[in-house]
Amino acid sequence: MDELGALLQGFAVVLTPMNIVLMFVGIILGVLIGVLPGLGGANGVAILLPLTFTMSPTSAIVMLSCIYWGALFGGAITSILFNIPGEPWSVATTFDGYPMAQKGHAGEALTAAFTSSFIGAFVAVLMITFLAPLVAKFALKFGAPEFFAVYLLTFCSFVGMGKGSPFKILVSMAIGFALAAVGMDTVTGQLRLTFGQVELMRGFDFLIAVIGLFGIGEILLSMEEGLQFSGKTARLNAKVVWETWKKLPKYWVTSVRSSLVGMWMGITPGGATPASFMSYGLAKKMSRTGDKFGTGEIEGVIAPETAAHAAGTSALLPMLALGIPGSPTAAVLLGGLLIWGLQPGPLLFVEQKDFVWGLIASMYLGNVVGLIVVLSTVPLFASILRVPFSIIAPVIIVICAIGAYTVHNAMLDIWFMLGFGLVGYVFKKLDYPLAPLVLALVLGDKAEDSFRQAMLVSQGEVSIMWANPLVGSITTLALLMLCWPLISKAIAKLRPPKAKDFPEEQPVD
Amino acid sequence: MEQDPAQQGEQEGRPLATNATIDAIVAGVLLVIGLVVMYEARRLGASWTTDGPGSGYFPFYIALIICIGSVGILYQSLFSKSRDTGVFVDSVQLKRVASVLLPSCLYAAVIMVLGLYLASAIFIALFMIVLGKYPVAKSIMLGVVINALFFLMFEVWFKVPLFKGAWDPLGFLGY
Repeated sequence: MDELGALLQGFAVVLTPMNIVLMFVGIILGVLIGVLPGLGGANGVAILLPLTFTMSPTSAIVMLSCIYWGALFGGAITSILFNIPGEPWSVATTFDGYPMAQKGHAGEALTAAFTSSFIGAFVAVLMITFLAPLVAKFALKFGAPEFFAVYLLTFCSFVGMGKGSPFKILVSMAIGFALAAVGMDTVTGQLRLTFGQVELMRGFDFLIAVIGLFGIGEILLSMEEGLQFSGKTARLNAKVVWETWKKLPKYWVTSVRSSLVGMWMGITPGGATPASFMSYGLAKKMSRTGDKFGTGEIEGVIAPETAAHAAGTSALLPMLALGIPGSPTAAVLLGGLLIWGLQPGPLLFVEQKDFVWGLIASMYLGNVVGLIVVLSTVPLFASILRVPFSIIAPVIIVICAIGAYTVHNAMLDIWFMLGFGLVGYVFKKLDYPLAPLVLALVLGDKAEDSFRQAMLVSQGEVSIMWANPLVGSITTLALLMLCWPLISKAIAKLRPPKAKDFPEEQPVD
Repeated sequence: MEQDPAQQGEQEGRPLATNATIDAIVAGVLLVIGLVVMYEARRLGASWTTDGPGSGYFPFYIALIICIGSVGILYQSLFSKSRDTGVFVDSVQLKRVASVLLPSCLYAAVIMVLGLYLASAIFIALFMIVLGKYPVAKSIMLGVVINALFFLMFEVWFKVPLFKGAWDPLGFLGY
């Protein structure tokens, strides 16, 4: 039970008064981000990242991960009260959450959502506690070809598991890689794709891309609708919470199933959004009251929320253990680690024990704090949504601009952010997935390095990707994923297709 | 595929372009980007050099994927039977989007001169007056208050200095 000892050590690291204050600040900022349209987990963390530059890495990651939990919690508030998913992963929560609010059960729906979020995240953190060190230990044996194979698997799974045109997923990913290549080549020192522009030497920072694509892009999309909020009010008192809690154990099967779905989708880069849809779909199929789903079933709130949180939390496992984030938000956290001079990956568990276990301990605490905060402050956050959009929109644009500027203290980045915003708007409307672009931009350099190293070892022979059973099986699995759209088409030809449950299902985590 | 806006009536909310049209245009742009990157990668050395793969080796294949993918999208959007003929944007929507995007560009330009705080206060106030139809006094007050909060948060609490432009009235305080 090395892990338990290390975890207790982690609690000791995290439990300072300052860190607990930061935890509350992080959760509140996070819920705010989750509630506001245009600010989400990924760009919210990206914008607030510079605030942590002066802190110690442990305090910084405590605050940032709490922002993340807050954003996960916050998405549910808008879905249930306003029928507006604040985050893509809470779209499935609107299906039953909003009908419940309409019937006057908003308090119950919110309690169920928050509690199941908490359970999903808790189960996933438990899994991380015991699995991450094992994965990291295993990954210590990895060489360059193995790492490239894992990168390959990450990106090929986007193609294999993504909905929508595989071409668009491929292109979106390749654009990310191309943007990552801009600037100084780390191996030869040559300037690449800068076309003689000195400002481009730095390359494109993915934080700018995240802020633009998700922040500005989302504002433009919401503006198009000419957003009108019309929300239900909710009163949450201890009695409603208690009554709902008494009902919840009845649905333990749904909770367990949703947690498993969420964890699986989180570790593989499926992300929280598809996880919530999948879990909702499964719950609908398997529940005895499945035909009533969509009219305000509490189970229809539990399923997507548990899965979304389990996935959102599990996405941190590959980030910590392998240095490969499972979601854009995890990618931003990884970017933060790099800025503080920590190299995520298997060695982190050996060299930065305090930090890693501090982070894992803060996940436990952050979730508890999050649950307390959201249960007690729902009316406050709901009232933010009554602020008219013509005030919120410019404020969010200002926040995005400040966030983009502070990354490198460069004006040009604000222009890039606006450019990325326009790209994000067009791409979202055309169903180009944004997550592969962001992940490719983050991992571009590392993937290229491991590819080059592998090629150097083998003197250009691609066969090194099948040099031993481990790397061979990962590579084969990756290629299988890449060809999955073709394979599934072939299967569909042989068998009649099933009716689609959710036409609007999209991996836009 | 090209849709002539002049054919449509002048009524509100007329569709300006279908998804398939924009899809094709975007794919075309991406194809050009792919080709440019490919050319540039070849110039950098996309082949095997004496000490390993050249700088352009990886970008070259990435560009190849962009090209293949965009040709695929181009084909799907132009010739596929199931191409998406839904409306990409209508005139009202375009106007709304432009009413945010253009002022934002102007805002970015003003930041360069006046710095983040002042430009942000003006941006928020003008946005509220022009688009939100709020009273002038209330708008200006809110713009100033919000930016005072930002100032406290960034400069005082978290000690992250932001760009202040040429005019820095609080410079004597050390911010």
